[in-house]
Amino acid sequence: MTTLQEPTPVETPPRKARSFQLRGWFSQLPWPARLVIILAVLACGYLLPYLGDVPVIGPQIITQGIDWPSALFNMSYYVLLAVGLNVVVGFAGMLDLGYVGFFAVGTYTVALLCSSDSVLHTGWPWLAAVPIAIAVAMVSGLILGWPTLRLRGDYLAIVTLGFAEIIRITADSANFLRGNRGFTDVPHPPGSHSDGSPIFGVVDATPYFWLGLTVVIIAVLALRNLDRSRVGRSWLAIREDEEAAELMGVRTIKYKLWAFAIGAAVGGLGGVMFAGEQGFVNSATFVLQFSILVLGGVVMGGSGNIPGAILGGALISYIPDRLRGINDPIFHTDLYQFRFLLFGLAIIIIMIFRPQGLIPSRRRSMELKDRAKEVAPQ
Amino acid sequence: MNFSGLIHNLGPLTITGLAQGAIYALFALGYTLVYGVLRLINFAHSEVFMMGTYATLITWGFFGLNQNSATPGLGSVLGYLVLGLIAAIIMSGVTAVVIEFVAYRPLRRRNAPPLAFLITAIGASTVISEAVGVATHRNLRGVPPLIKPATVVHIGNTTITNLQLLIILLALVMMAVLDVFINRTRLGRGVRAVAQNPDGAALMGVNKNRVISLVFLLGGLMAGIAAVMYVLKIGDTRYDAGFNLGISAFTAAVLGGIGNLRGALLGGLVLGVAENWGAGLFGTEWHQVVSFVLLIVILMFRPTGLLGESLGRARA
Repeated sequence: MTTLQEPTPVETPPRKARSFQLRGWFSQLPWPARLVIILAVLACGYLLPYLGDVPVIGPQIITQGIDWPSALFNMSYYVLLAVGLNVVVGFAGMLDLGYVGFFAVGTYTVALLCSSDSVLHTGWPWLAAVPIAIAVAMVSGLILGWPTLRLRGDYLAIVTLGFAEIIRITADSANFLRGNRGFTDVPHPPGSHSDGSPIFGVVDATPYFWLGLTVVIIAVLALRNLDRSRVGRSWLAIREDEEAAELMGVRTIKYKLWAFAIGAAVGGLGGVMFAGEQGFVNSATFVLQFSILVLGGVVMGGSGNIPGAILGGALISYIPDRLRGINDPIFHTDLYQFRFLLFGLAIIIIMIFRPQGLIPSRRRSMELKDRAKEVAPQ
Repeated sequence: MNFSGLIHNLGPLTITGLAQGAIYALFALGYTLVYGVLRLINFAHSEVFMMGTYATLITWGFFGLNQNSATPGLGSVLGYLVLGLIAAIIMSGVTAVVIEFVAYRPLRRRNAPPLAFLITAIGASTVISEAVGVATHRNLRGVPPLIKPATVVHIGNTTITNLQLLIILLALVMMAVLDVFINRTRLGRGVRAVAQNPDGAALMGVNKNRVISLVFLLGGLMAGIAAVMYVLKIGDTRYDAGFNLGISAFTAAVLGGIGNLRGALLGGLVLGVAENWGAGLFGTEWHQVVSFVLLIVILMFRPTGLLGESLGRARA
């Protein structure tokens, strides 16, 4: 075994510096300026539903075939899912193709506890079901994580995929989950205006978006801190070299399970939000393509990087919604039916020109550069 | 739980499972070959298969065959089968090589991280299946009844139809041919060399890119044969026909040990039989659950599949 290795000289390829300039400039600002900028960005985020009123640019950006606040809400839960999947795939480096399974667990827990169609007849309010749903999703993450601890890479991928399929088939076929008929009247989040009308109604999706954005912000803050803590460093070590990490005293089993559990909890939270807005849950939502879409978002945005995951998650939801209701000039049909075709082309092109994603993780790109010289057969 | 039903129908379920498993096995070869050489899940392989099914049906369509036409005589059936096979093989082979050229080669040149390959694979798969979906208005396309089902072997309550026999025999023959090709020929030695050590093989004068194209081509050929068997067995195809079958086939590849040719055969057959037994035991809608649970259990005890990964290493 080699203990001390001579540092081999590596010629560094000329770095494309342009995309890193913004980040460098930002991190060198004094902290009050940074805080002001962050708050301004967040405020812009909360004002997004009114983007249509901005002259010239606004009408170009907002969606046409679906009302803009609903599209924004969809983006918020896709971002949540992308950020959660980023923990498993980006931070801990475990390929998870079945992330939709946790989303389904969250959704169905809410439906079972709250809906009047449920066999449990509990009829809880939405808010009371939230912690339970997150806990159940977390436990399901541990259940998936435990038998797969020994597996690497592609074996893990197929097992997670199988896990999601098992959940989908169960939702489809088990009587108490009501398959395609689904659960109706899942309650909306609580709260009412001063005149007694509920804040979270069925007409305007704006409050849902604000709720979604708030949840995303909380989740991002929590995950960012986690990534910079001992846990995050352990994930990094596991991702880079599991044996080496184990030898250095990282308890790999514990941290891999943590990654699964935390990713699953965020996925479950996404499911809870989804159930609260839709009011109706059936098994048709939880197809495998959904997981693959979210994974595409994470990698497209920049695996292992939270801003990248946010951008990727927003794009995978925004692009299809934006295409809805546009007539194409050649076939004179709704462009919406080409959404996946265009999405597929887009991710191929993005991956070819930016293999590390739109906003690559700085730490990761350094590691990759470092690893390029040791690409060896396994 | 229907134990007596399972025991009673064990024979028929096994035969159906073997025929299903033979299709899985041929399909799984594409995953296993590419994985053995590139360490990459070729997600777009399911679309390679789907293109094969359409190529067959369009060829038969040229001769005026559709799902309502009568079964032609034996001689012309053989002719149609061979033509359908050739069309499917060409189409699938070309599709696989084109996918490699468009979606993977540019990334390899840029030394991209492994996940990027997976994403372009997903992209390629989506593009092909959606393009076909839009072009066919997402309709099913029926298959002409070329082979009239007839029982050829009869043991107890176990019957083997001519179609099942054809599928199983064709799969075994193709597996044997491929095995000989990889293990005995000069080109096959190149494939094994690249699988074992890409850089070493390149230093010894093996053209790596050509080997990779060859591997995609071989996987495509096998998928084309699987496509013809599939349309004969199932009776229709659709733009998303490859997707679900692809999941099962990939499961089969992993079950047998991905990267291992004989593993793909074993995995495919085991999976096909297990699915059918599971369907007999718990009901048809649960058959995939049975296969995934089986996969998880096997991987818990043998993390690299039944026969282990070894395109390059075994008997090299």
